[in-house]
Amino acid sequence: MPFRSKIGRRGALALCVVSLASPSFGAGPRLHSIGIDDLAFGPAPGGLHVNDIVEWKNSDILRHTATATDGSFDIDLPAGAKGRTILKRSGSIPYICRFHPGMKGQLEVAP
Amino acid sequence: MFQISPLLKSSVLAAGVCFAAATAMAQGKPTDPQIADIAYTAGQIDIEQAIDALKKTHNKAVRSFAEEMIRDHLAVNNKLIMLYDKLDMTPEDNDTSRNMYREARVKREELRALSGSAFDKAYAENEIAYHEAVDGALESTLIPAAQNAKLKSLLETGLKLFKEHKRHAERLVDELK
Repeated sequence: MPFRSKIGRRGALALCVVSLASPSFGAGPRLHSIGIDDLAFGPAPGGLHVNDIVEWKNSDILRHTATATDGSFDIDLPAGAKGRTILKRSGSIPYICRFHPGMKGQLEVAP
Repeated sequence: MFQISPLLKSSVLAAGVCFAAATAMAQGKPTDPQIADIAYTAGQIDIEQAIDALKKTHNKAVRSFAEEMIRDHLAVNNKLIMLYDKLDMTPEDNDTSRNMYREARVKREELRALSGSAFDKAYAENEIAYHEAVDGALESTLIPAAQNAKLKSLLETGLKLFKEHKRHAERLVDELK
């Protein structure tokens, strides 16, 4: 279908750009997962680099968000949903759930 | 069975939410079916308060908070109902639940008489007091008294949730200053 193929080309182009921009030569961006359950974020994955993708999976019965305190991402995560962000900068990125501010996590991103 | 300490009753009544905290000073241990009823009632009261808030407020942050209260407490209450079905447990009406509803009705009438920013502030402040009171009841009475492990576990999740809501309500009160 034309619409789908257009998306497909864009997606491929985006992946290509991300891959070229990745500092981890050849390895390309990696996908890292963080679970959410019982009003808590799972442990932050190690080995994060700029342009890697972080995916949150909300297994809780409640709606949450993964919201960077520096405003770099704000992902809505209804119960059972997944959501992703691409890491755009290196350094420490603390994040919270906007609805449940005691839920905290921190990403440590290398260049 | 659940006698309310006069001291606690008067102090928490001042905050308008004596009912749930009263449980914390209960002299008798509630049974699981009674706990089931109290836990469901605690969520239902906050849902009803939030529905009132949505009808009255024009403040975006208050609306968002009220929507969150409805969403979260509905989710937990639905989980409670599923658990009760699974355990073949029928929640048992009791004095604590009845007191909770009675006191909640009084507070709702107080809040309904307010409007604009006065309502927003009073609602947010009451949410802090209410969640604090329920936290106390869960921690000191309901969770220790619960016999069924699954019910106890769900109450512990409820306690985490009420603590989070209290934090959020505190943040809301700061925003409304």
